[in-house]
Amino acid sequence: MDAIILQILNGLDKGSAYALIALGLTLIFGTLGVVNFAHGALFMIGAFCAVTLSRILTLSHTVVDDSRTDFLGNPLKVEVPYVYDWFGQAAGDTIIDWAVPLSILFAIPIMALVGLAMERGLIKHFYKRPHADQILVTFGLAIVLQEIIKYFYGANPIPTPAPDAFRGSFDFGVLLGFDPNTIIYPFWRLVYFAFAMVIIAAVFAFLQFTTFGMVVRAGMADRETVGLLGINIDRRFTVMFAIAAVVAGLAGVMYTPINSPNYHMGMDFLVLSFVVVVVGGMGSLPGAVLAGFLLGILESFASMAAVIDLIPGINQVIIYLVAIVILLTRPRGLMGRKGVMED
Amino acid sequence: MTRSSFTRRGLLKTGAGVGAGLALPTIFTGASWAQTSGFTNAPEGDTVTLGFNVPQSGPYADEGADELRAYMLAVEHLNGEGDGGMIDTFTSKTLDGTGIMGKKVEYVTGDTQTKSDAARASARSMIEKDGAIMITGGSSSGVAVAVQALCQEAGVIFMAGLTHSNDTTGKDRKANGFRHFFNSYMSGAALAPILANEYGTDRRAYHLTADYNWGYTTEEAIRTSTEAMGWETVNAVKTPLTQTDFSSYIAPVLQSGADVLVLNHYGGNMVNSLTNAVQFGLREAEANGKQFQIVVPLYSELMALGAGENIAGIIGSQNWDWKLENQLGSRYVGTNAFTQSFGKKYGFPPSQAAHTCYVQTLLYADAVNRAGSFAPCAVVEALEGFEFDGLGNGPTLYRAEDHQCFKDVVVVRGAANPDAQTRELVDIIEATPVEQVTYPHDHPQFAGGELGSCNNGA
Repeated sequence: MDAIILQILNGLDKGSAYALIALGLTLIFGTLGVVNFAHGALFMIGAFCAVTLSRILTLSHTVVDDSRTDFLGNPLKVEVPYVYDWFGQAAGDTIIDWAVPLSILFAIPIMALVGLAMERGLIKHFYKRPHADQILVTFGLAIVLQEIIKYFYGANPIPTPAPDAFRGSFDFGVLLGFDPNTIIYPFWRLVYFAFAMVIIAAVFAFLQFTTFGMVVRAGMADRETVGLLGINIDRRFTVMFAIAAVVAGLAGVMYTPINSPNYHMGMDFLVLSFVVVVVGGMGSLPGAVLAGFLLGILESFASMAAVIDLIPGINQVIIYLVAIVILLTRPRGLMGRKGVMED
Repeated sequence: MTRSSFTRRGLLKTGAGVGAGLALPTIFTGASWAQTSGFTNAPEGDTVTLGFNVPQSGPYADEGADELRAYMLAVEHLNGEGDGGMIDTFTSKTLDGTGIMGKKVEYVTGDTQTKSDAARASARSMIEKDGAIMITGGSSSGVAVAVQALCQEAGVIFMAGLTHSNDTTGKDRKANGFRHFFNSYMSGAALAPILANEYGTDRRAYHLTADYNWGYTTEEAIRTSTEAMGWETVNAVKTPLTQTDFSSYIAPVLQSGADVLVLNHYGGNMVNSLTNAVQFGLREAEANGKQFQIVVPLYSELMALGAGENIAGIIGSQNWDWKLENQLGSRYVGTNAFTQSFGKKYGFPPSQAAHTCYVQTLLYADAVNRAGSFAPCAVVEALEGFEFDGLGNGPTLYRAEDHQCFKDVVVVRGAANPDAQTRELVDIIEATPVEQVTYPHDHPQFAGGELGSCNNGA
């Protein structure tokens, strides 16, 4: 029982990332009809917003420390962050320590701008082109973006830790009456799950309870009719692209303490996220979220040693197996709408 | 060579080309490659071209960049520029700053992308189009094995870069290939006594192993060595090479009854699995009444940089470390000369990948000088059984039977406060003497391969 609870917990945080990326993908597909293979790159850029802010906060000037030497035997040049000079070392350390949560504020405008630039600069020219063209151009864009990041930040992962207050783990099992050390779970992963739930709820609330969201939903259902009513639906869809970029970016920001970000991390999530979208049902926002968590949990269970012993290699193919089964039994995915990608 | 083609047609063309290359290795022995001297790419004029095949794109690009820095430094030193680096400390004295056999050294580079087919294609291009007489480099055993086989067919020497799998000089060994870097067996042999000493002989280990060739040989080596010291292996789970989040593999470890986690991972896998293990509290946990421990058999400086403070206290092994001579004395002479030379040029200490690549270049150049010929078979003869010192690892032997270097192995522990700025990332625990890590060439972990005959390519 404890092993099952543990893998469900693992699946929830993994599923959180899948769900957030898939949510953005579905928003873009549902509004603009574009299959955006650059969406993983937006997740990666979000993560590098955290890296960038962390570097900004640790911008330093050098002070020569004559009592120590560097590897060449010269007096050591110690880098002292400017925030130490401005706020004192204790306050400076606290600011640097909270770089990842602070990056949320930093990433929102940047991701919105990146989204707008991407949509206005490139993707809008491909609205009426076949999906194959959209896939090719957005995949190419993803590669360009990741190579740009690699040029500036290198290929090596960059450690971006969580604030001290959220490092480490707690014994979840003891709370549930199990023996100590049976269900250990990192604090930050719980934060990530909670954060994902807030973002998902906010997106749904925005679409459900605002006039803007109502128009967007109407546009998703029948773009032409909304246009005939004199509403500039294209502009609203552009805003939705920016929102989807922000969602992916924030997912990336908060993911950095879980795994050190590298330029390739977007591609690592992209294929799985597309499977999530297809399983959830193309164009279905609740479907994307549901499939994200479902596949995250299934992937976790398939990684258990007992399961791998029973079915060798199942950990590598489980998501695709589930996708095949669901598409065979429910061709539109779990919550797919009739008519989407069926013309 | 960093182009990527994503069209189906392009992919088919490339696949057909690579397939033809694989299927028809005899093209390498064709007359077009052979020169009048009777071997592939015999240097004409007053220059000789070396081929540096390193990952310039992909996840190991930073390690490849460090290898390339070392190669460029070696070329400088061979041509009499710079401060000479380890040429001055090398016990063989044939290198005098006039290139190789009086010919100025030039080089071309290729991008392995850490993919076997791309690495073979770039090596082939350097041999066929650029006239490279020797190929060297790489950050992966899969790539090393693939390129080594190609060089054997082409009739050029392959001086491996960073490759740690037993198979490179085991079942996949080739007469034209040589490895200076240590291997999985040596890691196991060096680590086991230290682990027993630090953590006791009554331990239960759980292995997470990258699901490819290097992972298998490393798991086998560490299991065999630690079980011989009394440890029990509770479980060994293969993890996909593409895995990024290891939480679902790590979470069950504490429930398994294990009190040690061995991460047979490298590169991004290692950074992520170690980070996840620390997040799940394994470093602070207690199991079976003991402090839980994590072991990383193969350390690299760049991985340590990526993992940050998570490496604190974690034990692993290395081929070399830039602090060796300062901390363990003159046995490791050459280390300071190389570190100074590299550090003054690039501003930071060299990695072990850089070191092995630099050393391999010098060893090749010296072997050519001693042989008095660039012919691969003459070079092979000069390197086989060659004993040398002064290149940073202490007394070293290039064993004739398998073309593997035998030297001390460095066992390290992640620094309590790893400092990226000063690159003080690991503390040296000891340099395990070469006698302790030497094995017979027909050891079971290296079985199934034959060197075969050297190939001059003509």
